[in-house]
Amino acid sequence: MLANFHFFTFASPPRFYALAGRLIPWLWAATIALAGAGLYIGFFRAPTDATQGDAYRIIFIHVPAAWMSMVLYMVMAFWAAIGWAFNARLASMVARAVAPTGAIFTFVALWSGALWGKPTWGTWWVWDARLTSELILLFLYLGYMALVNAIDDTRRADQAGALLAVIGSVNVPIIYFSVKWWNTLHQGATISATAAPKMVATMLRAMLLMTLACWAYAFAVVFTRTRAIIVERERDVKWLNEGLS
Amino acid sequence: MSWGSTAEFFAMGGYALYVWGSFGVAALCMLGEPLMAIKRHRDARAATSENT
Repeated sequence: MLANFHFFTFASPPRFYALAGRLIPWLWAATIALAGAGLYIGFFRAPTDATQGDAYRIIFIHVPAAWMSMVLYMVMAFWAAIGWAFNARLASMVARAVAPTGAIFTFVALWSGALWGKPTWGTWWVWDARLTSELILLFLYLGYMALVNAIDDTRRADQAGALLAVIGSVNVPIIYFSVKWWNTLHQGATISATAAPKMVATMLRAMLLMTLACWAYAFAVVFTRTRAIIVERERDVKWLNEGLS
Repeated sequence: MSWGSTAEFFAMGGYALYVWGSFGVAALCMLGEPLMAIKRHRDARAATSENT
């Protein structure tokens, strides 16, 4: 049994298609449970902030969305590069499937940031390093999606997309460190690996639960979209037309 | 529990527009995106069965 197990088994689109199909319902269940718990703690257990009042509760969607926007970009660039380097079909499909989800998290981070900035900073938007580099991230996602859709030859489109995604990935550390490198209006990192959290435990718990919910959501929706792309691309391949219900 | 009443909860200490504006738009995005992905999958499957 173990001797037959091959690490790259799930790099085969038919295997991945079946596995993802089985996982998706559980991922949605996890998303709902984690988001329910996170929202409950965030809105009913976490206390009102002493300086920001209840406006700070935006953090429970803003920070997870911002984290996801950066992580998903790296995931997209990674799989695009793997697909390009090893001509791995599934990797390129996953890269394409990640892009819209990353773009949506980027939009949510920018949107909730604007709605948080107005009551706390007095402005919806400033051209500071953190906000500007996050806006560039949105344009990178949109540019990647436009580019891969504009080229008819699938493999060439994947290669061009991979190039854009890999070059654009320099923006991710710029976003992350922007609050240190420049004197920005945006506050510093909420959670740091080197310092104790500066938050009340309930606030932190709500934020981490919401982050896990976003992870489960991202897996569920990316897997669904990957399955759609597999069907679109392998339409004429025998396995799809046989024995799949 | 920091809320005295339901109205107080929805008022969000005067920040209702900002808090519900953030969570509302996020919720719409996170409902709309999966529906679009599911539709894309369904459409692709339908096109496949037409081919055969």
